Amino acid sequence: MLDTTPNITRTIDARGSFCPGPLMELIRGIRESQVGDILAVLSSDKGSKIDIPKWIEKAGHRLIVVEALDGHDRIIVEKAR
Amino acid sequence: MHRILILGGGVGGTLTANLLARRLKKQVDRRDAEITVVDATGAHIYQPGFMYIAMGGERAEKLQKSERALLDDRVRLVVGTVDRVDEVARTVTLADGTALPYDQLVLATGARILPEAIEHFEAEAHHFYTAAAALRLRKALDAFTGGKVVIGIASMPYKCPPAPLEVAFLIESELRERGLREKSEVHFASPIGRAFTIESVSEMATPILEEKNIELHTFFNVETIDPERKVVQSLEGEELPYDLLILVPPHKGQQFLMDSGLAPAPGGWLPTDRFTLRVGDRPNVYALGDATDLPLSKAGSTAHFEAPVVVENVVATVEGRAPSGKHATYEGKVMCFFEVGDGKGTLLQFDYDHPPKPPKPNQFWHLGKIVFNKTYFHTVPKGRV
Repeated sequence: MLDTTPNITRTIDARGSFCPGPLMELIRGIRESQVGDILAVLSSDKGSKIDIPKWIEKAGHRLIVVEALDGHDRIIVEKAR
Repeated sequence: MHRILILGGGVGGTLTANLLARRLKKQVDRRDAEITVVDATGAHIYQPGFMYIAMGGERAEKLQKSERALLDDRVRLVVGTVDRVDEVARTVTLADGTALPYDQLVLATGARILPEAIEHFEAEAHHFYTAAAALRLRKALDAFTGGKVVIGIASMPYKCPPAPLEVAFLIESELRERGLREKSEVHFASPIGRAFTIESVSEMATPILEEKNIELHTFFNVETIDPERKVVQSLEGEELPYDLLILVPPHKGQQFLMDSGLAPAPGGWLPTDRFTLRVGDRPNVYALGDATDLPLSKAGSTAHFEAPVVVENVVATVEGRAPSGKHATYEGKVMCFFEVGDGKGTLLQFDYDHPPKPPKPNQFWHLGKIVFNKTYFHTVPKGRV
């Protein structure tokens, strides 16, 4: 968990969606965002906490944190380019 | 009179109508029930055959039959384009103004492709999601004398998930047979972190890609096509030069579903209960096939196994009872053949709880797919398998 919650620009609630749904939702969110925006993805799919950080690295954005919350994960990312 | 209205005359709509006609024979004959299918063209098209126009000498006219000829005589067919669904009035209005009231509504409206959503797609990229596009791809392959072939997926979800991998395998085989392999590179671009969405299928396909020297590019989400430099660029910042570009076009659900408040924008996929196949909490609206938002293959096979569940639920309502038996709920069953080239194939069979365990590719499953394709019109739409 983070000591302070970053100023999240947009939260994408992809809970209940299965791989690759949450990643595709994040990609759509990134396409619609500005550089510097901070996006949070909520996912109940266990694969997301592995796949999404890998995509963030490949796409050149900044992974802020992966948090395990109640029944889902929250992945926070900054659009870096 | 209990009015059952089915929108869409593809696999899901046609099979649902024919199974309902069988189950509600007496009610329809007594005019206590009416089954109506609305289809935009009146022609039933076997879409999985498109790939074989490009890759296997199939002809477009063999993939089409009159929808009327496939429907039970007890089913009424209306040819027209749907404009809107009014849930309060329980009425579907067609573009020509015809109003069709319903008591139960089945949405088998499929998916639509939007190549135009990506600039330069139509001029630069090939696909195999219509008969005309598949024929154009065939001509481009005939004219191909070597170079870089890029096969990719513009965005997810899309129809027939194995198809782009199958095309990559089949093109690689063809290039070898034509003596062009040494002069060619074959690239496969996947939007996700592996070759295929389902992990076990990816584990089966990745070594075949390696064995055939097809280069896999993961996390490649198509962003732009540069026609001057002949490169396709990804959101992730990668570029792939091409001489022949084959892309699965973007897909969406039908616009009227979004306009009618049944499906959310921008995707237009119907929020469907994974077990009952009801749309949202609506007790009288069902969805099946490509139109749903279920985490399953958008494939005729999915609609094929969903249809008996929709039918049991609709019949139960007509008969004033709870759904029962093995088709009371849908367990996510899907079965697809998967070509790997060189006259071999495998089988993907799975449900919500059991991922596919594809058998080692062999000639049997390739022939199985060919036989299935050739006999489709006599079997699936009529509920014989």
